[in-house]
Amino acid sequence: MHPKGKIAALAAFALLLIAAFVFYKSGTNWDYVLPRRLVKIAAIALTGAAIAFATMVFQTITNNRILTPSIIGLDSLYMLIQTFIIFVFGSMSPMVINKSVNFFITVGLMMIFAALLYKVLFKEGRNLFFLLLVGIIFGTFFGSISTFLQVLIDPNEFLIVQDRMFASFNNVNTDILALAFALTALTVLYAMRYAKYLDVLSLGRDHAIGLGVPYDRTVRQLLIVVAVLIAISTALVGPITFLGLLVANVAHELFRTYRHSYLLTGSVLISVIALVGGQFVVERVFTFSTTLSVIINFIGGVYFLYLLLRESKA
Amino acid sequence: MIEVRDVTKLYGGKPVVDSVSVAIARNQITSFIGPNGAGKSTLLSMISRLADKDRGEIFINDREIGRYKSNELARTVSILKQTNHINIRLTIRDLVSFGRFPYSQGRLTKEDWRYVDEAIRYMELEDIENKYLDQLSGGQRQRAFIAMVLAQDTEYVLLDEPLNNLDMKHSVQIMKVLRRMVDELGKTVVFVLHDINFASCYSDYIVALKGGKIVREGPTADIIDTPVLREVYDMEIPIETIGGNRIGIYFS
Amino acid sequence: MKKRYLTAALIVLSVCSVFIGVKDISPLDLFSLTEQQIQILLVSRLPRLVSLIIAGTSMSIIGLIMQQLTRNKFVSPTTAGTMDSARLGVLVALMLFTSAAPLLKMAVAFVFALAGTIVFMKILDKIKFKDAIFIPLVGLMFGNIISSITTFFAYKNNLIQNISSWLQGDFSIVMKGRYEMLYLSIPLMVIAYLYANRFTVAGMGEDFSKNLGLNYRQVVNIGLILVAAVSSVVLLTIGTIPFLGLIIPNIVSIYRGDNLKNNLSHTALLGAVFVIACDILGRVIIYPYEIPIGLTVGVIGSGIFLYLLMRSRAYAS
Repeated sequence: MHPKGKIAALAAFALLLIAAFVFYKSGTNWDYVLPRRLVKIAAIALTGAAIAFATMVFQTITNNRILTPSIIGLDSLYMLIQTFIIFVFGSMSPMVINKSVNFFITVGLMMIFAALLYKVLFKEGRNLFFLLLVGIIFGTFFGSISTFLQVLIDPNEFLIVQDRMFASFNNVNTDILALAFALTALTVLYAMRYAKYLDVLSLGRDHAIGLGVPYDRTVRQLLIVVAVLIAISTALVGPITFLGLLVANVAHELFRTYRHSYLLTGSVLISVIALVGGQFVVERVFTFSTTLSVIINFIGGVYFLYLLLRESKA
Repeated sequence: MIEVRDVTKLYGGKPVVDSVSVAIARNQITSFIGPNGAGKSTLLSMISRLADKDRGEIFINDREIGRYKSNELARTVSILKQTNHINIRLTIRDLVSFGRFPYSQGRLTKEDWRYVDEAIRYMELEDIENKYLDQLSGGQRQRAFIAMVLAQDTEYVLLDEPLNNLDMKHSVQIMKVLRRMVDELGKTVVFVLHDINFASCYSDYIVALKGGKIVREGPTADIIDTPVLREVYDMEIPIETIGGNRIGIYFS
Repeated sequence: MKKRYLTAALIVLSVCSVFIGVKDISPLDLFSLTEQQIQILLVSRLPRLVSLIIAGTSMSIIGLIMQQLTRNKFVSPTTAGTMDSARLGVLVALMLFTSAAPLLKMAVAFVFALAGTIVFMKILDKIKFKDAIFIPLVGLMFGNIISSITTFFAYKNNLIQNISSWLQGDFSIVMKGRYEMLYLSIPLMVIAYLYANRFTVAGMGEDFSKNLGLNYRQVVNIGLILVAAVSSVVLLTIGTIPFLGLIIPNIVSIYRGDNLKNNLSHTALLGAVFVIACDILGRVIIYPYEIPIGLTVGVIGSGIFLYLLMRSRAYAS
């Protein structure tokens, strides 16, 4: 099938799932059910799109299909921020209850962290893997502190922390959602300035420079875009570490092309399908006995192991 | 003309290229030779701005390379490194079409495709143009990469060890193509070579480096010479003239 | 750094370790110990010291073995998925046998740790791009994936909190009757010592080893078994001590070069000294409370790891 056909099929499938999600067993109480489901579906689509876009770009910059941007420590930082706030101010603090305040604090701190990390490391040199490894070490560092705080926290408050450990689409605030939409749209729009370079960047640094890509600047800008998108989606719903890995690889397998116009659109659609479909199954089949992000991470992780062991394309 | 002025590159505080100045004339083949660690590849990387220089200036057609826009420079100089590992699956035709990126920014016009076709024909790759790179032999892959550089249609073509991992037949084939590019298409080719005899048979001008500095430079016949090579390689290399080419006998 | 300085440091720190704690026991009391003081020494302080020494030594040594086998300075149980696999094993043991005996848990954890490490080695074989920094990156990703599987099952069975307790290494839980499993590490260390040279050769690669008449598979397997066994023992008794197996061998190789056999004793000593020092630090900083060793080593260790990385780059380029 031509890539355009595949995109159309994916889009149709995504729309079908969304329709099913919104209208399935909606009962007669439309005024109540419909707006809530629409908000949820919007949050899901936004998160899915942001993560898929960020991961695809990230994998192209790093020339690697086995990395995901969450590993540069943003997930762990998110957990640390949440744990720290609950530990110091208690679970009744406005910083925990008021989602907007929490969203701003989290996104702000994550951006500061990413900016500092990039700033220090770009001065140092330009080995991308070095940057990632340093990010991971910071992740372990944040993780150590969070775990320590979690042990000290009162068991009741721990439940609230545990709640934050897993992404959830169930109580997304409409105000933040609109804001997150605007921020994501602006970021993606900005990234589009560099989109034409993505195909060439997948040839690797040397070829990209040789073919006239302003490499250092492009990679920096795109890494910032990636950090912003991941920060927004994580602050909005919580960490889903392996979603990006899953959908980016499925997109590569499905499209088998180097053209990012198809890859990006495709991975965004696959991501929406995975999340909406997954949420549908979780709500209607498992009836909330587990959370979507745990399942996605599980499936993503297993699929990824399979890819690694089958044939290394790294 | 490419003019390198007093260029230095430091690794961990030590110079690998040490205040090198050299001028590379147009419409010629210039080769960089020298023992391992002489700084040949680093010098080539700096000219193609794959590596930053720590000191000095490099002028291409009288303009410092830092003052070029990225894609402007990519329309003037192309570079092919010795390892060309690519992570994605591409056909030869896909790869060659990337050579038009500096002109088309990814949206190839009819004109661009004409260049692509021509480059593929020039490198005699028409029959296999839809094969994937990972299905090719070393020689075919090297030709595919040179076709990409050809499609890039730059005045200057830089190659780092273009004969690496090629057998005799393919080495000669590649060198002949490069020679033709200079003679027929008016390009300027600069390469780094290990084998002094290939340098001798195919280049017009040779720059010999050692320990980050230029030891000698001059027309091929002046450099392929026992006393000069002794200075460069610290070994005795008798020179014989065979079929009009000066050949160094360095095997015993 | 001479071996005797390290030994001296070890002795001094050991003495300090024994006499620091909520209950005051001073060295002078040694000759007139009360019944209660003897109890504290025997039940808590001495077991703690012994377990510190064993854990520090054995984790550092298996780190060294892993680095020799993979020829990569940044591979260790924390950066190769070994610890995460062992944790998954503990969880499986908990799920299958609700009240599993420690030895059973340890056995299951061992099997998982071994399997995980073997998978990691398989992945390494398949990766074409063997950049020194890329490989630990793959290992850490691999560890994250295993963790996500652990989380999945833990979440379904409401065991998240139990799992968390193995995330953080902690010596304050060490008491007589609860740490003896650690002694299993001692014979393992003896084997490591006997095989030291063979690990070095095996690290040079399969072809190289065969050329020297070494049974490559066997040596690698023994190395992996040692790594998995020690990791699971330490995980079950103490918890995770991040980066320990990574930084100690690296520091030793900075000042002593890379001969495994000569470095073993240094690595062992330095590992013990480092862990005891971190433990004492954790006990005095917020006295009378304690900071668990997982956190102190995690913080100090990540700092040292970063330094090592920067340093190796300065060398490499």
